[in-house]
Amino acid sequence: MNTQTTTAAVPKAAPQAGFVRTLKFVVRHRALYFMLAPGMLYFLVFKYVPLLGSVIAFQDYNIFKGFLESEWVGFKWFEEFFTYPNLKRLIVNTLLISFYQILFAFPAPILLAVLLNEVRNMAFKRFVQTVVYLPHFLSWTIVFGFVYMLLSVQTGLVNQAIQAMGGEPVSFLQKAEYFRTIIIASGIWKEMGWSAIIFLAAIAGISPSLYEAARIDGANRWKQFVHVTLPGLLPAIMILLLLKIGHIMDLGFEQIYLFLNPLTLSTGDVLDTYAYRAGILGGKYSLTTAIGLFKSVIGFLLLVVANRASKATTGEGIY
Amino acid sequence: MKIKTSFGEKCFDIANTAFLLLACLLVILPLMHVVAGSLSETNALIHSQVKLWPVGFNLDNYILVFKNTTFWRSFGVTLFVVVVGTMINMVLTVLTAYPLSKPYLKGRRPFMLYIIFTMIFQAPMIPTYLLVKALDMLNTIWALIIPGALSAFNLILCITFFRSLPEELFEAARVDGMSEYRIVWRITMPLSLPIVVTLLLFYAVAHWNNYYSALLYITDAKLRPLQMYLYMLLAQYDTSDARSFMSTITTWDVSPQGLQMATIIVATVPILLIYPFVQKHFIKGAMLGSLKE
Repeated sequence: MNTQTTTAAVPKAAPQAGFVRTLKFVVRHRALYFMLAPGMLYFLVFKYVPLLGSVIAFQDYNIFKGFLESEWVGFKWFEEFFTYPNLKRLIVNTLLISFYQILFAFPAPILLAVLLNEVRNMAFKRFVQTVVYLPHFLSWTIVFGFVYMLLSVQTGLVNQAIQAMGGEPVSFLQKAEYFRTIIIASGIWKEMGWSAIIFLAAIAGISPSLYEAARIDGANRWKQFVHVTLPGLLPAIMILLLLKIGHIMDLGFEQIYLFLNPLTLSTGDVLDTYAYRAGILGGKYSLTTAIGLFKSVIGFLLLVVANRASKATTGEGIY
Repeated sequence: MKIKTSFGEKCFDIANTAFLLLACLLVILPLMHVVAGSLSETNALIHSQVKLWPVGFNLDNYILVFKNTTFWRSFGVTLFVVVVGTMINMVLTVLTAYPLSKPYLKGRRPFMLYIIFTMIFQAPMIPTYLLVKALDMLNTIWALIIPGALSAFNLILCITFFRSLPEELFEAARVDGMSEYRIVWRITMPLSLPIVVTLLLFYAVAHWNNYYSALLYITDAKLRPLQMYLYMLLAQYDTSDARSFMSTITTWDVSPQGLQMATIIVATVPILLIYPFVQKHFIKGAMLGSLKE
């Protein structure tokens, strides 16, 4: 009887003691928790509240009623979106630009990192790095400005070259057929150098003893690349590729919005730019949030599928 | 150890060098073209004679940009956002990172998960917009600052760095009766100069380059930041703003294109000026981030 009560009392008292200990810890280190409070509040208000606010996709959201009072309408907005006449165009544009990004823009920094790694002259290597990292720090507005001036019919360098070779000047930015090329090329121009840093870091992390062993086995630089560098890079490549696939519907709104104009809508209008026009400019809050949710769900599903495929084939995955 | 290079390797080295030089050239040429255009005589510019070097020498484009009060107002907005915004960013980042860098802090893991979750699941555009609207920040300068007051990515960079500092140092300071706030200010910050500089510049550049927030939250022309002003000048695909501005002055050697080019350069120069000084910090910071991920 006696032992029974004590054994029963122990597990009951233990969590309380733990709680008291935690409380004592918090009180003693209250300065640390005070410091933490503003940052945590920031994430709560500006990250979690809008995330919860996504419920307006299922409401007939009325700005005066707020999302507590607005009427619930189920999948009405998803239905409206799926019957939108230009939907096919939006989805095709989004997927095509994303596909081209994966095909061309994704390998570019890997190639750059590998080539930079083969440079023996450190001064030259540093010079190249300094130059190619720079565009990352320019805003999309400025990059757009450079592209605009470069392709300008009247003054642009590219059209001058075309004319010098006897061709007719082309107003590239007003032609739908060039839109995707310009987006991909300017994206590579801006971010190739910066994205290469991750791959350079991955190469730097490969043990030098692997290279030594390969050299002793008689591997030349190409063989060293194939058998040491590439396998060493593979995990980084796979993880970044998977992340890109998870964000296949996010193409970089800022860039596309800048380059887009009424003449290039047919090849350049994507889910995000439509959402901006319909939502912020048109006030269709619920519809646009439904598009956002649709994007996230597709992205999430793709990520799950791609991760599974990657694990099955290369053994790499992000979870 | 000197290794004899084969003929094939020499060919590769030459091709590699050529390729990398080409990449550099592709970065530099657009910049040179716009600089050249902005400094050229208007006649040469509009008759497509400007390539990579100015034809003649003409500062009127720049003088007019600097005489434009709309430009200065936008510049002022951006300057305010860069200075005040970066200060808020830094205070929040350092204060949040310091406790989270303590391995003994109770609740550290849930706090970290709470932060990382926001990096994976991003809030959509409209609910964020409605929040800013509900907070009555639309068309105020705070809409350009507060919604981006803290970056989860930069925060994690900062935590990682703080963790590398020896705890004995803080212990000693505590024994001497220093408060945690003083420790952050007098010990952690001075020891963390590389990361502090990196974050300072990441945040400042982000503010300088930001036009997205203005696109969403600002309709009042008085509050347009510099990038938005530049966008308006360029993306309307006509140059009515520049033209109407120019019509008031006829004795200057300027053209809409020249003014646009000069504005692009003016918006670029601050980045170009700080870039060489901070490059190595940036890269250290980015490396740290990439290895952590």
